Amino acid sequence: MTNQQKGAKMSTAITAEQVEQVVRTSLESFGADPDEINREAELTALDIDSLDLAELSQIVEEQFGVNLTSSDVKSIVTVGDAVDLIVERA
Amino acid sequence: MTDVVITGMGAVTPLGIGARTLHERWTAGVCGVRDGEAPCGDFEPTDFLSRKEARRADRCTQLAVAACEEALEDAGWAGELPYDPHRIGCIIGTGIGGIGTLEHNHTLLERDGAKAVSPLAVPLMMSNAPAAALSMRHDLRGHVYGIVSACAAGAHAIGSAVRAIQAGDAIAVVTGGAEAALTPLSKAAFAALDATSTSGISRPFDIRRDGFVMGEGAGILVLEDGDAARARGARILGTVRGYGATSDAFHLTAPHERGEGALAAIEAALRDAGLEAGEIDYVNAHGTSTPLNDRAETFALKAAFGDHAAGLPVSSTKSAIGHLLGAAGAVEAVATLLALRDRIAPPTLGWAERDPELDLDYVPGAARPFEVPADRRATAISNSFGFGGHNVVLCLEAA
Repeated sequence: MTNQQKGAKMSTAITAEQVEQVVRTSLESFGADPDEINREAELTALDIDSLDLAELSQIVEEQFGVNLTSSDVKSIVTVGDAVDLIVERA
Repeated sequence: MTDVVITGMGAVTPLGIGARTLHERWTAGVCGVRDGEAPCGDFEPTDFLSRKEARRADRCTQLAVAACEEALEDAGWAGELPYDPHRIGCIIGTGIGGIGTLEHNHTLLERDGAKAVSPLAVPLMMSNAPAAALSMRHDLRGHVYGIVSACAAGAHAIGSAVRAIQAGDAIAVVTGGAEAALTPLSKAAFAALDATSTSGISRPFDIRRDGFVMGEGAGILVLEDGDAARARGARILGTVRGYGATSDAFHLTAPHERGEGALAAIEAALRDAGLEAGEIDYVNAHGTSTPLNDRAETFALKAAFGDHAAGLPVSSTKSAIGHLLGAAGAVEAVATLLALRDRIAPPTLGWAERDPELDLDYVPGAARPFEVPADRRATAISNSFGFGGHNVVLCLEAA
């Protein structure tokens, strides 16, 4: 874990930018095209499926202490939906 | 009963990428063993899979995908399946499956706790993963499953594919085996069992043999109903003439000391093929380089072939690529068919000192041509035996 990530975890105020960066990095690591990742992009169009979202949930919990349930994840359509949900729960 | 023909073959082995690469290098006497093990050093997963696909597959599945690409291309299936996808099966053997994934996730569990374990752990490590991955990748929708019988799995898969076609359950089956067990736990476990070579040399049937050298890889074959293959104008590489499978019911790891189960499997394969012992031109031995296997296998071959045994070339692919465990039977079926095509027995590399009890012709030194009577095609058996007492013998005939 980097110092920046540790800082994020300990901080009470998690910014949307921090969350967006973690989501972006995660989606890239799952194989999504970096040029296609933006807030409006739909996860299905990025070839992100339920297994990827299970991995994302794990990362989000580790980084931000946010627990996303499988029903939470089902409501996510776009990258922005994911970011907003995490920020809201953080 | 319908004949089952082989129309495509692919392999990734410690001798390189490709079925023909395996055949040419082994025949030329090249050995893929390095520092006591035989990895697929030339294999780069992303040459065959996207980054996303690669991270969704354990190495054993990645190897199967690569071998399958070659096999389907070879069969003329690339781009379009020749039959209704529901009539095409995929049966793939593995000894251990995704053990690299299992070990990695166990490390995460011990170090960071349960929440660190990847959601991909189960789908990557399950032993049916190679069959499932090939099914999804190529839209194979018929009988699709994995076969688990240790080092007989690849051969069991091919035999099961033959039976599925003969029973009319499939017109064609993509079959074979895959293994990627060069991992710390696996290596330590086989060493603890005293199964692997301490010298790091694979020299089957030699008196100095001291265990097997572990390798990795995959072999995939496309099997088709003979009538269907001929109707579509397929290029036919050979025929699976016979399949014999038995169990020793004797010991968890040791073969029956006189090779009784192996003998019964050889006899069953010949009976299934409708061939006499004297009609076999070449034996691709299981030949692990362990003291027990090579002795029991020799006894079984002598009992099965009688007077014909003395003049029968017997060689072990494991002398060139080590033991590919659950992939061995499939890779060796590929090697056997290419040897039959060229009517050349590849050598048992490293064989130099005779064990007084093991007196067959193990093709020492260099590859050697063999004669085939004009009234029939070149025919061989390929033996595969596994921990647990599994014995599988395939009888293959060149086109």
